[in-house]
Amino acid sequence: MIATLNNHMPLREIVPAAQGRARVSSIGARSFLLEAPGEFDLAAQRRIWALSQTVRGWPDIAEIVPGMTNLLAIFAEAPEDPDTVVARLLEAWDNARSIDLAGKTIEIPVHYGGEHAVDLPALCDLAQLSDREIVRIHHEATYRVFALGSAPGFGYLHGLDPRIYMPRKTVPSLKMAKGCVTIGGMQTGVAMLTGPNGWNSIGYAELQMFDPASPTPAMMAPGDTVRFVPARIEL
Amino acid sequence: MIEILETGPFNTVQDLGRPGYRDIGVSASGAMDPFAVRIGNILVGNDEVAAGIEVQTFPFSLRFDRRTVFAVTGADGDPMLDALKLLPWCAYTAEAGQVLELKHPPTLARAYVSVGGGLDVPSVMGSRSTSLRGSFGGNAGRPLVKGDRLALGNSADFAPVPANGLAVIEPAVALRDVFPDFVDGTLPVRALPGGEHALFPDDGDAFWSQTWKISSRSDRTGYRLSGEPIKPTTSIEMRSHGIVPGVIQVPPGGEPIVQMSDANTAGGYPKIAGVIECDLWRLGQARIGSRIRFVRSTHAEARAIEQAVARYVEDVRTTSEMIKRALKAMA
Repeated sequence: MIATLNNHMPLREIVPAAQGRARVSSIGARSFLLEAPGEFDLAAQRRIWALSQTVRGWPDIAEIVPGMTNLLAIFAEAPEDPDTVVARLLEAWDNARSIDLAGKTIEIPVHYGGEHAVDLPALCDLAQLSDREIVRIHHEATYRVFALGSAPGFGYLHGLDPRIYMPRKTVPSLKMAKGCVTIGGMQTGVAMLTGPNGWNSIGYAELQMFDPASPTPAMMAPGDTVRFVPARIEL
Repeated sequence: MIEILETGPFNTVQDLGRPGYRDIGVSASGAMDPFAVRIGNILVGNDEVAAGIEVQTFPFSLRFDRRTVFAVTGADGDPMLDALKLLPWCAYTAEAGQVLELKHPPTLARAYVSVGGGLDVPSVMGSRSTSLRGSFGGNAGRPLVKGDRLALGNSADFAPVPANGLAVIEPAVALRDVFPDFVDGTLPVRALPGGEHALFPDDGDAFWSQTWKISSRSDRTGYRLSGEPIKPTTSIEMRSHGIVPGVIQVPPGGEPIVQMSDANTAGGYPKIAGVIECDLWRLGQARIGSRIRFVRSTHAEARAIEQAVARYVEDVRTTSEMIKRALKAMA
């Protein structure tokens, strides 16, 4: 077989986010990923939400997957001309106005500390804060659901106080329990499945957040506001 | 009803999957060789999306408790019905009490049992596929075990098949020009460069030119490949983004992972390439320990293959409907 370059490769060169242009790349022949330039912030995500609404309405789209300041568009079949798809996505991004989704507010009772908070001591060391301070900083913030993914119903939450950012582990915990309240880099979330997990656990939530039998299986939706309410603090 | 008499640990109920829920973190799942499921369903007179059994650990056997049209597709190897050797890719009628047995196939990985009417397990979020990770769908969200009994759907119209079977020329043979054969025991898998391809030196040469082995730490979620590790020239921090089966990610260790049917919905590792959708079924038939090589494809080629597959499926459908109509008229 003769290997030839894809003729739309020039549009896919690696452009550092800071240069201000959105980037479109592909996975196989049907899926295209648009990545927003700039900061990982609510402003960029609001435009991704707007873009999602536009792209969802395209007749040749099978499925869209909004991510963290990016959007994966999956087409029902390999589009005739990938260059046209790239151009359409970039144009839709340019035209995407910032929208705010009128989400609901979800309160999640958390048992901070205790047996599930296996990474709290390491976070204290990293942040140079007491466990009590960390818990207070975590539950006083208000979070927005940016996107869902990775596990059924798992919401990526934005709004973590930079003082308690903590990088993901290089060696994941092998069996972190479903319900663990975790920090991964500048994000926080609640583990939806028991299993390997690279995020750092600081507490535990009982709340059932995914039900495959429900017409709306996931409790969280992009745009929702989340508050963590200390049900118990065990330090 | 069918009863599972013998099974390995990882055989599940699968259909064409549960797409449409990746945006809430739900993997699409579905057969690793969806092509085999589509053809099997057409042969037994079902909708393409009907559920069957994916057998990836052998031997496997089941008993029919009523007269049932069935077909075994996917893997090579001859299914046995009450010790009578049958052909794969061929629909037969089993009588009540007969036992279907699948032995370890000679070269391929996964066999599919399609039954007239499909498996009547509850549809969860639009699919009967088993979500192993989410523990829902299929047969109570878990692999089949000995003694499981599965209800069959009503085929409104018992589709007759000829007494000595109704066979198709299997895709690998009928589409030999479209799907190149193994080269020295290595499966060629076509892929397109991915979003971070340019981060790998020499135009990704180390990735494209070496032969990779499918490691034993591979399953329906993904294949981990062993070989000479490949490293990007700079390491970048990616934000979590949607991914699909076929994406070839390069984790820090440098040995690529190809996401398969139970693909995670989100990822963040650099993507060196993406397997074209129409080659995924071949990868789904590649066994642990076997060797693959990635062949750089083009979008135009991927589209041409997609169209050839669609033509073949349509041809099988029209022909099998024609034969069944004729049989009915003669009956």
